[in-house]
Amino acid sequence: MHEYLALLLGTALVNNVVLVQFLGLCPFMGVSSKIDSALGMGLATTFVLTLASAASWLIEHYILLPLDVGFLRILSFILIIAGVVQFTELCIRSLSPTLYQNLGIFLPLITTNCAVLGVALLNSQQSNSFIRSLLYGFGAALGFLLVLVIFAGLRERLALANTSKLFAGSPIAFITAGLLSMAFLGFSGLPL
Amino acid sequence: MITSILILTLIGTLLGLMLSTVNHLLPYAEDPLIARITELLPGTQCGQCGYAGCGQAAAALIESKAPLTLCPPGGPSMARQLAQALDRPLDQSASTTTRLPSFARVVPELCIGCTKCIQECPTDAIVGAPKQLHVVLNQACNGCGACVDACPTEGILLAEMAFNLSNWRWSKPPLPNPFRIPLVALDDGLNTTPESSL
Repeated sequence: MHEYLALLLGTALVNNVVLVQFLGLCPFMGVSSKIDSALGMGLATTFVLTLASAASWLIEHYILLPLDVGFLRILSFILIIAGVVQFTELCIRSLSPTLYQNLGIFLPLITTNCAVLGVALLNSQQSNSFIRSLLYGFGAALGFLLVLVIFAGLRERLALANTSKLFAGSPIAFITAGLLSMAFLGFSGLPL
Repeated sequence: MITSILILTLIGTLLGLMLSTVNHLLPYAEDPLIARITELLPGTQCGQCGYAGCGQAAAALIESKAPLTLCPPGGPSMARQLAQALDRPLDQSASTTTRLPSFARVVPELCIGCTKCIQECPTDAIVGAPKQLHVVLNQACNGCGACVDACPTEGILLAEMAFNLSNWRWSKPPLPNPFRIPLVALDDGLNTTPESSL
């Protein structure tokens, strides 16, 4: 139990997928101007990331490895991710049309979020067990959600702050992202 | 190779079946009007209208929250089609500031008399000789700006025509503040013609 908790915290905080491994930076900058849509995007990505890492483990261990076609790994993972994203889109469209409207074009773009493919590939690289893959995906997604919401909150404050004209808008957002990344380095000292 | 083709086909087929099942199970009644308007829009999701994509812009158009001229890539012809599809009056007089025609004007201190602008001018509106100060004839100048690009010393520029008795007009009635962000819910103000408000 303790081992799993450590894995979850480790992926969410210490090896944060956005700020430490620098994956999935596109939605991190793109959907972080409002907390509401950041939360929606984070939750949708959490769903996709967890489901995709489980599904890719199943595909890898029941289809790719027994038939000895490891070279199809990236291709089939992308296929799976696209399917899961489409599934999420259908679910959100039916369950919450407002959220569907808010996320707009960023929802189908979860397919191209490299964090999703990156986590699936890292899982197969570390040859994790099914539970560990699932937790790894979930932890990475939690880290993504956390960072996205924190950053959206910071940007909402920054929009109101009296920033100098030179830095207003995107530049100060990039600087903030860098500072946030440095702050997350502090988690590397956690005794996990 | 056959195996890999078969595997990918299998995964794709399974995913497709799963997705179409989910699509049938989850109810979603798409507004046919939204689908029609989205079809009219370019569909490039460029975001120049200020919405996340064409679907959102279509929804805003239907709710009359966005002006019909919101789409720069679509241009005036698409605005007309939208006006027809939505049965809303099209008002394209978005510009509030009166712009007078511009004429080219030579800056005497900077002109070196190179005659480059004379060669570029499509209406022969510039007179001058080598190493002599050039002059623009306002009667012939059409304000195209070709001479501005040709001048090596930035000695010719486009200057707006000065107000005089022949071109002065009453200003248009004031509109709601156009600098409010985002540019929505302006239609009431835009569509109210001076005649109807009188």
